[in-house]
Amino acid sequence: MKFLRDLLDKQKPLFQKGGKLENLYYLYEAGETFMFTPNHTTAARGAQVRDAIDLKRMMITVVIAMIPCLLFGIYNTGHMHFLAVGEDASFGDKVLLGLELVLPIVLVSYASGGLVEAIFAVVRKHPINEGFLVTGMLIPLVVPATIPLWQVALATVFAVIIAKEVFGGTGMNILNVAMTARAFLYFAYPAQISGDQVWTYIGDKTPVDGFSGATALAVTYQSGQDGVNAVSELAEHNSSIMEGMFGFANMFFGFIPGSIGETSTLMVLIGAAILLLTGVASWKVMLSAFGGAYVMALVMQLLAVNEFMALPAHYHLVIGGIAFGIVFMATDPVSAAQTEKGKWIYGAMIGILTIVIRVTNPAYPEGIMLAVLFMNVFAPLIDHYVVLGNKKRRLQRATV
Amino acid sequence: MELFNLGIRSIFIDNMVFAYFLGMCSFLAVSKKVSTALGLGAAVIFVLSITVPLNWFLNEFVLKEGALAFLGENFATVDLSFLRFIMFIAVIAAMVQLVEMIVEKFAPALYGALGIFLPLIAVNCAILGGSLFMAQRDYTLAESAVYGFGSGTGFFLAIVALAAIREKLKYSNVPNGLKGLGITMLITGLMGIAFMSFMGIDL
Repeated sequence: MKFLRDLLDKQKPLFQKGGKLENLYYLYEAGETFMFTPNHTTAARGAQVRDAIDLKRMMITVVIAMIPCLLFGIYNTGHMHFLAVGEDASFGDKVLLGLELVLPIVLVSYASGGLVEAIFAVVRKHPINEGFLVTGMLIPLVVPATIPLWQVALATVFAVIIAKEVFGGTGMNILNVAMTARAFLYFAYPAQISGDQVWTYIGDKTPVDGFSGATALAVTYQSGQDGVNAVSELAEHNSSIMEGMFGFANMFFGFIPGSIGETSTLMVLIGAAILLLTGVASWKVMLSAFGGAYVMALVMQLLAVNEFMALPAHYHLVIGGIAFGIVFMATDPVSAAQTEKGKWIYGAMIGILTIVIRVTNPAYPEGIMLAVLFMNVFAPLIDHYVVLGNKKRRLQRATV
Repeated sequence: MELFNLGIRSIFIDNMVFAYFLGMCSFLAVSKKVSTALGLGAAVIFVLSITVPLNWFLNEFVLKEGALAFLGENFATVDLSFLRFIMFIAVIAAMVQLVEMIVEKFAPALYGALGIFLPLIAVNCAILGGSLFMAQRDYTLAESAVYGFGSGTGFFLAIVALAAIREKLKYSNVPNGLKGLGITMLITGLMGIAFMSFMGIDL
């Protein structure tokens, strides 16, 4: 550590004002604060807060919370491949294949986004923010493993520039950056991110007879169209390959086709526990979003116009990306509602909208992506009225 | 139930701003403050829900092909629909004048805030668009009333949300070249993506 500190200190004058590489100061600063706690302190007469947590520490906590999802996603990518082609493979083989597919996506996302971030930091002279570490990790987790790498790069660059840097960088954006990237991909290149073919990597091999790459949501939607019971349809799906692939327990553990990081509700819950214990994410948003989704699913179940609506409410919470979206995307402290009351409304609306879009909108198999973006748009308005209401209440108290 | 569906459709799915890009001028110009945007949005709701049914009468009994049949045999085949644009605009302009006078009388503060923009509603394409869509889609009277109210509400939601975002934007650090309209256009595009959530819903 001492050696690293000395090295950094020796280089420092080069980057400071008047130094040769003055223009690249923020690159240096990023490296320095990444490795050491920044040494800025408040002046002697200011209020002193003794806490090591800053934006960087917070963002790294989110990245750590995503690691269970990432690891499981790597394993599951390999697992699904060998299931689909009907080969027996060892744990090591599955992980190896998963690494081969997932690692390039993560690297491309970090490299392309990091490059854009660095260019903006140097040109606009703002510090490089760790917010990107979260975005760069979220993007690979919400795309299928078969996605072309150039699309990952394009979407990351688009989202970092249009959704974040034009607003001034981390903490100033309106929409969740990773969700914007995914929505961009979804609308620009639907063939590579939706349908039945993209979720499981097949490669040059041929899938076994009776294999279907459809996701649980697609199967459920189809059962609604055909008017057959959704639960039994789910239970029978792909039974030639694996008994009960879309049974409730298996969907909870996540051995199903889907985007890389979102299949396992269990891993998402581990991440949620990390976020909540460290106080990084708001429990109000999570609770109200899950609650809103569950209640709305119950209402749909009571209405039961078709078989999709009749799906038991707890199924809705484990299929698709709803858990992942609520835990990692909806709780984004920047684009979510800022006021405490606003968080309840914001979260509940995300849950409700997700189920409404899922059940009523045939154009989209999954609702969480657009529900989060939609509520991001309305979060400032919710805040505005919560603040206004608060002012009114206090004014009344003042006059009495 | 049909009417309810039409209302939902016109608010979210066929949103004036995000689905048809109508009414952009006032959408971009009057969205700096939530309170002003609220006033303009309310004015748009009011004008739309009055002018669309009013223009329905005009269209049904004067302009449509064969609408003048009640005047006698000779008029049964007269088609005045080429007059739609000018007639609709005239009705809208008259209505807006009326709204302006009422607002000036009863809400001077709002009148001061809206300033030049209230008369500008007269040439707001969202308002004319509402009437033209009504004629084109052959709505009934009840439908056109619901449609007028619904599309006005859609515009209202969009402009108020944008205004809240722009107020929050004061804390952002937008590059100089993009300040003002540039960033607002970008936000509009991003909001458009979010509103895509409802497109495709088949009620």
